[in-house]
Amino acid sequence: MSDTALPTRIALVGNPNSGKTALFNALTGSRQKVANYPGVTVERKEGSVTTPAGRRALVLDLPGTYSLRARSPDEMVTRDVVLGHLAGETPPDILVCVADATNLRLVLRLVLELKQVGRPMVLALNMFDIAERQGIRIDLAGLSQALGVPIVTTVAVRKRGLEALLAEVDRLTGQAAIAAAWHQPSAGDLRESARQAERILKAHVKPPLRPDTLTGKLDGLLLHPVAGTLILFAILFLMFQAVFTWASPAMDLIDASFAQIGGWVGAVLPDGLLHSFIVDGIIAGVGSVVIFLPQILILFFFIILLEDFGYMARAAFLMDKMMGVAGLHGRAFIPLLSSFACAIPGIMSARVIDNRRDRLTTILVAPLTTCSARIPVYTLIIAAFIPPRQVYGMSLQGLVMLGLYAAGISSALIVAFIIRRIIWRSASEPFLIELPAYKTPDAWNVARGVWQRGQIFLQRAGTTIFAMMVLIWVLATFPYAPADATGPAINYSFAGMIGHAMLPVFAPIGFNWEMAVALVPGMAAREVAVGALGTVYSIAGDNTAGLAATLASKWSLASALAFLAWYVFAPQCMATLGVVRRETGGWFWMWVMFGYMTGLAYIAALITYRIALSFGAG
Amino acid sequence: MRLSGLAKGEQGVVQGLDVTGHGGAIEEAELERRLLEMGFVEGAHVKVLHEGLFGRDPIAVKLDDMRVALRRREADAILMDAVPA
Repeated sequence: MSDTALPTRIALVGNPNSGKTALFNALTGSRQKVANYPGVTVERKEGSVTTPAGRRALVLDLPGTYSLRARSPDEMVTRDVVLGHLAGETPPDILVCVADATNLRLVLRLVLELKQVGRPMVLALNMFDIAERQGIRIDLAGLSQALGVPIVTTVAVRKRGLEALLAEVDRLTGQAAIAAAWHQPSAGDLRESARQAERILKAHVKPPLRPDTLTGKLDGLLLHPVAGTLILFAILFLMFQAVFTWASPAMDLIDASFAQIGGWVGAVLPDGLLHSFIVDGIIAGVGSVVIFLPQILILFFFIILLEDFGYMARAAFLMDKMMGVAGLHGRAFIPLLSSFACAIPGIMSARVIDNRRDRLTTILVAPLTTCSARIPVYTLIIAAFIPPRQVYGMSLQGLVMLGLYAAGISSALIVAFIIRRIIWRSASEPFLIELPAYKTPDAWNVARGVWQRGQIFLQRAGTTIFAMMVLIWVLATFPYAPADATGPAINYSFAGMIGHAMLPVFAPIGFNWEMAVALVPGMAAREVAVGALGTVYSIAGDNTAGLAATLASKWSLASALAFLAWYVFAPQCMATLGVVRRETGGWFWMWVMFGYMTGLAYIAALITYRIALSFGAG
Repeated sequence: MRLSGLAKGEQGVVQGLDVTGHGGAIEEAELERRLLEMGFVEGAHVKVLHEGLFGRDPIAVKLDDMRVALRRREADAILMDAVPA
């Protein structure tokens, strides 16, 4: 085989929870590229692999689906790629349909539908080890013949069967696609293909000798109306406590490292503009963002673990009624939960909600849930103003943080209620989801997922946030203070000018001009405000003490609380606004979100400030 | 008899779908297709496993060899023949 030959394009298709992504990871390892499909915000995951014949193959991981009848943007991508209709995407040469070998009924129907597409196809019976352990007897030859597609068995997490799968790909390479005969199936077509799949299943797959009883037993507890709900809340509580306690040693280490680097570099460089730019602008700025990597990794660790375990669908089941009170769909629980990490994947995962109004409502309220970018801001203010006392055996700081999370989620639900029950009163979308069998999450796949999220965060820290740090340094440095200046130099800079200009708007809610200045670059992303405050205060000559200590001495408690209240609601994130624009297909909803969140933030900060003042916290 | 009328532990066989008036936010024909795709086809065996906290809604059912969660509203579109437990 020559290296110059065009790579074989393989598309992975399958039901949700079939282990498709695990198979994708096993095939492509670290040779993966995550991007978006042009024009839509569906994540496009592609990787490369070399087949036994030495051919290069590109593997595309498509969103999971039960049918090519697309109901959501995610499923539309799957349909269009499979049919070769997606503009800018080379049609796949070979389809690999990935099936959970323990749960074949629905995927056999999908195989029958995929066959109508006319492309060469191979069926990968994944998680075959679990099927064998349960004593499910599958007549592979018979099944393959009945379906008319070759079959390989795989165990993605053990990297078993990959050679056989790729050998099958080699065999099918070059085989021409036949004319597509696929059309939107009617209810009659679906019944017919379901019956056919049922016949094939009955003839070639014998039920398990040792069925999975664990899922049933666990569900007895985890789906129990009372115990299950309590366990869900306990899991959420544990998650947030872990984000705080587990992350702190790593955060201290990062903090000390950046201080160390700043010290070394500062000692080498002569005093002056370059010294200030590198030490105050770059090192302090990037350090103040990278420090939150441990918390983000821990949060995503929990989210991915729960997802892979099969718990997320259960959480949607438990929360459906409560979400329904707020006018939201049970499926909105997953986007909202993801928004605790970052509103951007949360808003993007709202695509699983098919109904436009349900989806728009979820998108509009998702940024109110406490994303990880708020953690830096909250942590800083809490460390500065809330004493590290124990209250009933719990840390007071942790309780304040929990309160801020509660304020975020309850405001999201209240706003959703107002939109869905008062502004848009209409029937809700059906709630119909599969509850997958519980599976032991695979450490390697979880680690890969967490690492990918960490990389995305660091890329943001390395690009957008870094650019904003340089910008704030410029704003805070130029123009220079006059030679006879009495106040700190920053008073005379652009940043000072902007801060002072905005002061009349922010003074009623207790903000000083430094806070107003920090809000400007803080529009890039919430955590940037921390770096901005650091830069503003370190340039103002307060670098010796930690930033928290500086704030504690410069801000009143009332101002600090108002700042926290502002950050619960304010739309301080360009990236989120950009994603909302893309996901809703226009500027309108982005401005609606910006307007309502800014309004809420101002009112909340105003009320907080006035109440705190009346308690003598000024 | 409809699936929506079954309590925890009760079971039956799907006899047909009657989506009239059950579409909610989606078209009735669309609800029918989604139920079919999820496996609620004539002859499928369904047993109610769990009920939600408020109003015993939604429900989790064993549908042949898989598990599915749905609201009683949608379950009301599924006609059942009861099978004694």
